[in-house]
Amino acid sequence: MPIERIAVGLTVNGCAVEQWIDPCAMLLDVLHELGLSGTKKGCEMGACGACTALADGRRIVSCLALAASYAGAAITTIEGVGTPDELHPLQEAFIDHDALQCGYCTPGQIMSALGLIAEGCCDRATIREGLSGNLCRCGAYPRIVAAVAEAAGL
Amino acid sequence: MSTTETIATGTDTTTGTETTTGTETTTGTETTTGTETTPADSSERTRGPRIGENAPRPDGVPKVNGEFAFGNDMWIEGMLFGRTLRSPHPYARIISIDISKALAMHGVHAVITADDVPGQKLYGLEHKDQPVFASEVVRFHGEPIAAVAADHPETARRACRAIEVEYDVHAPIVDAELSITAPPIHPDGNIFRHMFIRHGHPDSPESEGVVAVEGDYEIGMQDQAFLGPECALGIPLEDGGIELYVSTQWIHADREQTAACLGLDPEQVRMTMAGVGGAFGGREDISLQIHTALLTLHTGRPVKLQYSREESFFGHVHRHPAKMWYRHSARADGTLAKIEARLVFDGGAYASTSSAVLSNASCFAHGPYNVEHALIEGYSVRTNNPSCGAMRGFGAVQTCFAHEAQMDKLAAALGIDSIDLRLKNALKTGDRNITGQLLSGVVPVAELIERCVAHPLPAMGEVGEMMGRPGGAGRTADAHHIKRGFGFAIGWKNLMFSEGFDDYSTARVRIDEGQNGPVVTVHCACAEVGQGFVTLAQQIARTVLGLDEILLHPADTQVGSAGSTSASRQTWMSGGAVQQACEAVRTQIFASLAATHGVDPETLAIQDDHIVSVDGTFSIPVEDAVANKTFEATEVNRHVQTVRLDADGQGDAHVSFAFAAHRAVVDVDEELGLVRVIDITTTQDVGKLLNPRQALGQIEGGIAQGVGLAVMEEIIVTNGKVRNASFTDYLIPTTLDMPTVTIAALIEEPEPGAPFGAKGIGEPPTIASTAAVAAAIRNAIGRDITRVPVRPQDICL
Amino acid sequence: MTVVTATSLDEALDALAGDPSAQLLAGGTDFMVEVSFAHRRPASIVTLRRVDELKGWWRDGDTLVLGAGMTYTELQAEPFLDVVPGLAQAARTVGSPQIRNAGTIGGNIATGSPAGDTLPVLVALDAVIVLQSAADGERRVPWNEFFLGPKRTARRGDELVTAVRVPVVHGRQEYLKVGTRNAMVISVAGVALVMDDDAHTVRVGLGSVGPVPLRAPAAEAFADSTIDWATMTIPDGGAAQFGALVSAAASPIDDQRSTAAYRRHAVGVCARRALQRCLS
Repeated sequence: MPIERIAVGLTVNGCAVEQWIDPCAMLLDVLHELGLSGTKKGCEMGACGACTALADGRRIVSCLALAASYAGAAITTIEGVGTPDELHPLQEAFIDHDALQCGYCTPGQIMSALGLIAEGCCDRATIREGLSGNLCRCGAYPRIVAAVAEAAGL
Repeated sequence: MSTTETIATGTDTTTGTETTTGTETTTGTETTTGTETTPADSSERTRGPRIGENAPRPDGVPKVNGEFAFGNDMWIEGMLFGRTLRSPHPYARIISIDISKALAMHGVHAVITADDVPGQKLYGLEHKDQPVFASEVVRFHGEPIAAVAADHPETARRACRAIEVEYDVHAPIVDAELSITAPPIHPDGNIFRHMFIRHGHPDSPESEGVVAVEGDYEIGMQDQAFLGPECALGIPLEDGGIELYVSTQWIHADREQTAACLGLDPEQVRMTMAGVGGAFGGREDISLQIHTALLTLHTGRPVKLQYSREESFFGHVHRHPAKMWYRHSARADGTLAKIEARLVFDGGAYASTSSAVLSNASCFAHGPYNVEHALIEGYSVRTNNPSCGAMRGFGAVQTCFAHEAQMDKLAAALGIDSIDLRLKNALKTGDRNITGQLLSGVVPVAELIERCVAHPLPAMGEVGEMMGRPGGAGRTADAHHIKRGFGFAIGWKNLMFSEGFDDYSTARVRIDEGQNGPVVTVHCACAEVGQGFVTLAQQIARTVLGLDEILLHPADTQVGSAGSTSASRQTWMSGGAVQQACEAVRTQIFASLAATHGVDPETLAIQDDHIVSVDGTFSIPVEDAVANKTFEATEVNRHVQTVRLDADGQGDAHVSFAFAAHRAVVDVDEELGLVRVIDITTTQDVGKLLNPRQALGQIEGGIAQGVGLAVMEEIIVTNGKVRNASFTDYLIPTTLDMPTVTIAALIEEPEPGAPFGAKGIGEPPTIASTAAVAAAIRNAIGRDITRVPVRPQDICL
Repeated sequence: MTVVTATSLDEALDALAGDPSAQLLAGGTDFMVEVSFAHRRPASIVTLRRVDELKGWWRDGDTLVLGAGMTYTELQAEPFLDVVPGLAQAARTVGSPQIRNAGTIGGNIATGSPAGDTLPVLVALDAVIVLQSAADGERRVPWNEFFLGPKRTARRGDELVTAVRVPVVHGRQEYLKVGTRNAMVISVAGVALVMDDDAHTVRVGLGSVGPVPLRAPAAEAFADSTIDWATMTIPDGGAAQFGALVSAAASPIDDQRSTAAYRRHAVGVCARRALQRCLS
């Protein structure tokens, strides 16, 4: 039985795209189909945060976001943050603090932290709670918190 | 197929200064999306970091901007999607497998079973006892039965569901102790290894001290839970061979095992490391490599096979659960008279590294202490539980939990301070361990203990605000419900492979003229799994050669084996191989200067990026000396030969040892049994810090995993069935579970024989951190804790 | 399969009327997990993310009406935080910040998981679930007639949970949740306690200790009669006895997350602590 497809319009990193997708596809899979593989698949259950992206400025786990239901939404992924030549200050801070090892959780950490900074974070305790949805198995948490604190101007 | 060179691999990186390439991600017909290498203009080139400096990771930029290609980011035009069918039963006889319905489905290109394995039907890292596909008997929940390749992942999923397997379900053997004497569940029997270590005269009456303590300890099954699930991409080659991209810890061992099952020469299996999203031991064994290769050869098409999180839990080995009985006996002054232990490690269905894990557990069973007599009996046993193998700490974690609990218990029985007891018996350089091996390297046990406990407690103040208490976001504890506890533990383990294993690494180093000056290319198959070898390799090359532009060739099988990224061995083994290859190239450079400048090569050295003669009469920048020339050398670094332990567990089985101490501070809500680990203060002997910042990351990360094992991480297996194969139920620490990590001291005393004197640092942080947390919980509640992970009901019911 | 991205309540109800077997999807944080677990593709989905009528909350006399589309983030934030603090506390324990941005109270109710974090608070508040269908219009169902079993509710296939109604209550509220991790964890046991200072009542809701969210009537009656409402104190041992009665009301099971014995114990401890906090 072939997999059916439906058309969905999204704005991804500022670009309007119209994509034929599996109606049951998660936003995460659609991003990958668009060639945006920086958003990582870690658990498929919203329990690790590796797939964090922003939808209309708010952070969500894209593995639980039915893509069809985000038609019309403005999606921001790690590819929309900084450029290799000009990294976002948060990305710079992750490098300066060596806030990563394997790097698999890193795009999700950064997207989650961007969402958190936009929500407002006033101290390190807020950062720790605010990033508690992003697992880092390499255990770089102290550095991640330090990097986000620096980028947040704390 | 000509597309193979353009497949994404994890690291293809240079840093001259800040210059970093992204990953070269391409597909068959489309153009690359990676970033081009743009070496800095030589006039602007700044000095790259050398050994001992905080070098940034060369893969840092692509990792923070999402361009780094992990295994499951690989994609090639026309590829098929693989999927594995796994057994729902832990133990059953397979009556029949009917693949006809699956094979008839539109979009399905292959359905393969054991019948389709052309070469060896069994594989294994130490001992070939695991079927590529189960054909007669399934021995664990999740054992592969068949694999499918289809044009869409969903088609592959449906095809797997359409395979009809008829089972005759048997009662599984799930108790390791009972399995020792149970009817064999495998032709090779149920015992992977049964060993003794006899030290001194443990049977003599004189071996008995005046005070003895006894205890039974248990450790649950921990999972590596790396965040990037397994993935491989196979591409058929015209010569009948295969190109395989895989996220792994040891591509050459993968190649050997894969080729044998494919019935191919190893040379016909070309492997390249794909980006690795964490490993921690869980990628040392074969998971999907052979299945991917079989599907690729069977279909003649590229095939990508990737695991979901759930499948990942079934697809790789775990840390051994263990039951350990201990008895410590001491003289009145606290001298350890005798340690007896009986260790039963549950290896699960197939051998994996169960034998080596047990050997480690036994060798380090006494802790880093002198003891007059010891009798250690160890079993690693086959059961119908999930297979267990390597995980960070490799056997030493289990026994450390037990021997440190025993030391505290013994101190209490003797009426001696537990730190004093440890200090009194601490191993030092020149002592022998219980296998009779002379400890000739750096053994700073006493210093580690003293400096760890002497370090002021971190400024934690009183019990923190609600979110910082046990229970965290759940708001369960008020300040007066909390008891604070302190615990200490120290552990040790071997660095590198032991017991006679021919352990080596290979590196090729080449200097070519680049666009903006000489470029050094380092080619080593060492798996970069996040530990930062790529950073160190560049630092080493810069330090030895005095050049800044270092390119890292992708890790692949076009160069000799680097061995496994495990056993805290790569800095020593592959770092050493890179160092030696750079030195060989340096010798060539000196020889070329001798020819062109008439200097005596024996008098030359590289200092401050110049080649200078010892008498100071000759000096030339290295860049100028190698300009427009090519040099290349390949070196193999082997560590000293070790021996397999004899029947009494005696022998020089290990190369070198590393130690780390931990002091844990915990807050316990005794009534609800909830624990918050507040701080871990640590000391570790590191030999020399090659990259201080990366070293701290390893220490923090190892502690995070040790803390996880102490208070939450366990694969729940009931009657052979895994019940929590997801991240909603297999819990690993979040940032709210991570304690502060305080470094009291990193002891930099160079280890003889180690490149730059550096000891491996990845594993020691996981060994005693679990034991320290358990000790702190005991201290807080004033009762014994004999099992980790500590569950709430173990504290409060 | 079909996906209807409803942009109005009528559109959603019409879609349900046409296909009562359709899966409803608000934030997706429960349902998509189930899809992952079960490897199951639904035949049809109606998404509610863009139905504005389900959003927000308002007062209707002495009753608060919470739109089913209120996210956990909205529940835990100002100004709602001060209106029903128990719900705000519960919302803050749900999953992760990312989950809380997408997941909704309507989804929590409609899923009807015994571990649903807002449910103990809602049952302690004697919530009434508002359902709507194209055929029958609005139907109001008290919580105790709505939750029928683990993930089984009284919602008909053609109905949508549009809102939940809770009384305005003056008094302190507490939600305590036990999990074996400090964040992002599914409830092992949860206790909500609602004090009504006007009616002099204590209401307790329990999560993860039965097939449905439970109340503890005997404990409530004991507290109502034992608390000195003038001084807001309880005699020595009163809180402990209250906790014991709450434990007795639980009917937990063993599963991969915990044991029945621990759950029974934990709800008692949490209930005692919640009461002590409310009386302190």
